[in-house]
Amino acid sequence: MSMVEKKLSTKTQVILTLLFILGMALLLWWADKGFDSYKQRVLRLIGIYAIMAVSLNLINGITGIFSLGHAGFILIGAYTAAILTLTPSEKAMSYLFGIQPWIKNLHADFFTATLAGGFMAALAAFLIGWPVLRLTGDYLAIASLGFAEIVRIWANNALTITNGPLGLKAIPEYSNIWWVYGWLLFTVVFIASLVYSSYGRALKAIRESRIAAESMGINVFKHQLMSFVVGAFFAGISGSLYAHWLTTVDPRITTMGPMLTFYVLIMIVLGGLGSITGSLIGAAIFAILFEWLRDLEQPFNFFGITVPGIPGIRILVISALFIAVMIFWQRGIMGREELTWNNLYKWLFARRKEGEKS
Amino acid sequence: MNQEVFFLQNFFNALMLGGLYALIAVGYTMVYGILRLINFAHGDIMMMGVYFAFYTAVLFSSPPLIAAIVAVAGAAGLGFLIDRIAYKPLRNAPRISALITAIGMSFFLESFAVVVFGAVQKPFVQIFKTKESKVILNKVLMVGGARIPLLTFLVILLTLAIFAVLFLIVYKSKIGMAMRAISMDIPTTALMGINVDGVIGFTFALGSALAAASGIMWAMRYPNVYPYMGFMPGMKAFIAAVVGGIGSIPGAVVGGLLLGFIEIFTVSYFPTMSGYRDAFSFIILILILMFKPSGILGKKAIEKV
Repeated sequence: MSMVEKKLSTKTQVILTLLFILGMALLLWWADKGFDSYKQRVLRLIGIYAIMAVSLNLINGITGIFSLGHAGFILIGAYTAAILTLTPSEKAMSYLFGIQPWIKNLHADFFTATLAGGFMAALAAFLIGWPVLRLTGDYLAIASLGFAEIVRIWANNALTITNGPLGLKAIPEYSNIWWVYGWLLFTVVFIASLVYSSYGRALKAIRESRIAAESMGINVFKHQLMSFVVGAFFAGISGSLYAHWLTTVDPRITTMGPMLTFYVLIMIVLGGLGSITGSLIGAAIFAILFEWLRDLEQPFNFFGITVPGIPGIRILVISALFIAVMIFWQRGIMGREELTWNNLYKWLFARRKEGEKS
Repeated sequence: MNQEVFFLQNFFNALMLGGLYALIAVGYTMVYGILRLINFAHGDIMMMGVYFAFYTAVLFSSPPLIAAIVAVAGAAGLGFLIDRIAYKPLRNAPRISALITAIGMSFFLESFAVVVFGAVQKPFVQIFKTKESKVILNKVLMVGGARIPLLTFLVILLTLAIFAVLFLIVYKSKIGMAMRAISMDIPTTALMGINVDGVIGFTFALGSALAAASGIMWAMRYPNVYPYMGFMPGMKAFIAAVVGGIGSIPGAVVGGLLLGFIEIFTVSYFPTMSGYRDAFSFIILILILMFKPSGILGKKAIEKV
């Protein structure tokens, strides 16, 4: 590092941040009016994916708990919120196997339902965290994947609560741009403040070395549990938004099963494990790429030759790309750096000397 | 049906299912023992093996035995290739990177199967065309009043035979000795003039061959072939490996059998729980990891600072 570092004053940074948020809001307002409905759907999906990615990044990238249970939390949030926003008469119609009486009359507005989804997911994380966080490394990965599968299998079987394999249909499409990006803003602000607090420094210490952190007097389990619960809370929020974007929830492997965890994992690995802004970029790239690759599944024109659509090729391309990223470009787009005003300033104006990069 | 007959029926079913789990689990445990890597793609290699057998039999109308041999060889080659392409470049990277790559590889193989073979379920029994070979599928033997399909015995015997060969390879042959040496200390083994990468490649090939063998028997018993068929058996076999003590081959056998018995017997004695069949093994996993993380036959690992 050079001796004199150019830095922006706190005041400038705050003003820049507010201006940035205002600019983004204007951009979204313009998109809300000007985009066609398909592009709007993709735009909202980017926001939802971003919440999933930022929350998983807190658990996996910043605390270093390699959890594969994210889809489980998303599923809990999705079901909780969907059950709450469906009116009693709608529920009476879709539950073909009968319904628990206490669920039937539950009803809440979208905001409360989303919050409830987040809290249910957080509660699940708190309960599962006690056994799962006693483990480390690969064991933890498998146990958390197992937890997500148990939740999914439960949703498939608890007919009177989740409507079993049929799932919930005709959920109102409440997730508009303002809800999605409002929640995203809250997620990023909350998690960024957490990461830059003393808690966040403790979490990073645990990531680097559990034993060293413990010997410095950090209560490893408590901190890991906190990170796990916070991450799960936002996963639950994203689940609710996702359900009200998809307008259906069901317990199939491809909707909210291991596949979804894998997608979110791709986003954070692509963006750089441990970087919040990286997760945002990763989510945006993934969503756009994934939608763009949809064209390959329809018949398309390849240098004058009409190729019939190839179903499933999206995931093939995505996973091949993912393996290539892991082998050749492990740090991802951002590595562990953040895209802050200071870094931007440094990269743009202060010329970096050779060899400064450690 | 009286109690004893019911028990006998389930006993043989459990023995077969447990044997199949054990065969897949061995592949996990050997790779983990050497590289400390959970080869997430292992269940999908099994799936590819089944497809190899299916298409060899259907396209070239070869007899089932030839198809099985081709499939086992093909899966072995595939396992070797996956190690070379995806895992070898990450040998010195953090362990979690290799794990993430393995997850990616699993999804790659699944979507590859969707694209190339199609997502529609295919009946595996198509590969049995002649009358004589259909006998294997349909004949039922009476044992102490219980009706046990011939296939069940065949699977149990084949599994036993394969394990006998495996134990000979791992505990009596030179390459087996090299494998065991590598699982203890890679740098020292390399200093002894052993081609470490070659032996690791061999381990992947051997594990994948066993997975394919198990997959073919699996598909004869649960006769549908589809791209995601490897996921659940793969997960359960991994759990079996952990329960038995990961890194230990006898442990994989014990864990596989245990899991098979628990699954079959809970479902048959508590039929209302059958929807939760797939959840049992995960609950067992979490319990065993909490109370005896090293598994039944595993060695206790000491964490060094």
